[in-house]
Amino acid sequence: MSSDSTRLEFRDPVRGRELLARLESSVERAGRRISVMHVCGSHEQALARYGLRTSLPRGLRVVMGPGCPVCVTDAPEIDQAIELARRGLHVLTYGDMLRVPGQSLSLEDVRAEGGRVSVVYSATQAVEVARRASEPVVFFATGFETTAVATAAVLDADPPENFFVLSAHKYVPPAMQVVASTPDSQIEGFLAAGNAAIITGYGLFEAFASENRVPVVVAGFEPLDIVAGLVKLVELVVEGQAQVVNAYPRCVTRDGNRPALAKLFKVFAQRDGEWRGIARIPGGDLRLRSEYAAWDAHERFLAGERALTRAPVEEGVDQCRCGSIMSGTAEPSDCALFGQQCKPDSPRGACMVSSEGACRIWHQYGLGLRNERELSSLRVRESSP
Amino acid sequence: MCLGVPGKIVEIRDLVARVDFWGVSRDVALHIVDEPVTVGDYVLVHVGFAIRRIAAEDIEQTLEFYREIVEEELGPSALGKAES
Repeated sequence: MSSDSTRLEFRDPVRGRELLARLESSVERAGRRISVMHVCGSHEQALARYGLRTSLPRGLRVVMGPGCPVCVTDAPEIDQAIELARRGLHVLTYGDMLRVPGQSLSLEDVRAEGGRVSVVYSATQAVEVARRASEPVVFFATGFETTAVATAAVLDADPPENFFVLSAHKYVPPAMQVVASTPDSQIEGFLAAGNAAIITGYGLFEAFASENRVPVVVAGFEPLDIVAGLVKLVELVVEGQAQVVNAYPRCVTRDGNRPALAKLFKVFAQRDGEWRGIARIPGGDLRLRSEYAAWDAHERFLAGERALTRAPVEEGVDQCRCGSIMSGTAEPSDCALFGQQCKPDSPRGACMVSSEGACRIWHQYGLGLRNERELSSLRVRESSP
Repeated sequence: MCLGVPGKIVEIRDLVARVDFWGVSRDVALHIVDEPVTVGDYVLVHVGFAIRRIAAEDIEQTLEFYREIVEEELGPSALGKAES
């Protein structure tokens, strides 16, 4: 199969229009406005990049939920990493975390002050840095379950004694639960992230779907994957069927990657934790089990200290609406700062910092800005095969 | 961070594979890949770890999609950098 033919297969504009027409008629048949949520920065990137946001039926609202790991990392968690760097410890983290502000500073600010903060691209690389060093090295580990599996793997492979993990890992399914059980939630269906489901398997969503009476469709990242996933999801919503459908069968299985999942929960336990700007999520944080306390930076450097706490009303302080946007109750364009005082080169909130943040993605593709119409038609032309 | 990147295995030493991503090669950990892999196989890589062996018939479409995204949005050298 040549690359050209496969591109046509997954981006064929004729098939795309057919699917969009089918989506339109399903929404029309519902006779009301339908809201669904996806929980993945890569889905938002694809929706924006292929001009799908401007082609969706008017009666369908597709909101981005808490799908940006960098954005939901809580400010006090970032402050802990900053605190350790200021004590002179060498702090390693993923590149996306550098510019995200804690309650006052970012890790990049601390690095500018002379703090030792370095970027790594994998947990393995962080271990290598520790092996070459004699002093303690702290890996500030962020990200959802797919990323936490990598941290678990290095902790389970006999890392050196001077390697410490400051875990801010998050587990997505409990956050979906919180959104689904919010009383005034208008979300009637979930588009689950294909890549996370490679690890967890789609079977994980079956109990969620039946308990919350809400359908879940696992979708991939090609434009047709997403539109086809939405078609299926809207049909399930209209028919009132709280099922799980795997619309990404070429990568996702019912069981997922079992050895990886086993490793994840061998090393990590779920704890209640704050998701920045959203809520306290029961079981939403992944923290090291006591068997791994020897490598736990919380135990080694922060035990017994008063927990770093948040400022009372983080969101209201500078009008940043990141939290509402990640909860699905506001869109980037609802924020007064968006595209004005808050831009990618001068971000005010985490949603504008990360390449997976809704605000950053909308800004990059000209969505929700004053000249949206012109820009989005340009994108549609560019993305046609 | 959620965007897994596929590459081709060119060498394996214990639990580390040398993986080629369109000319940029990287060491990738094999601790958690879902099934046994050999040289010549493609794997989906997430933050330095292979998380899934990709079946032959899925390779072309996946590669093309990611090549385009990576080169357009991050520049051709971006694979050598951090996750994102």
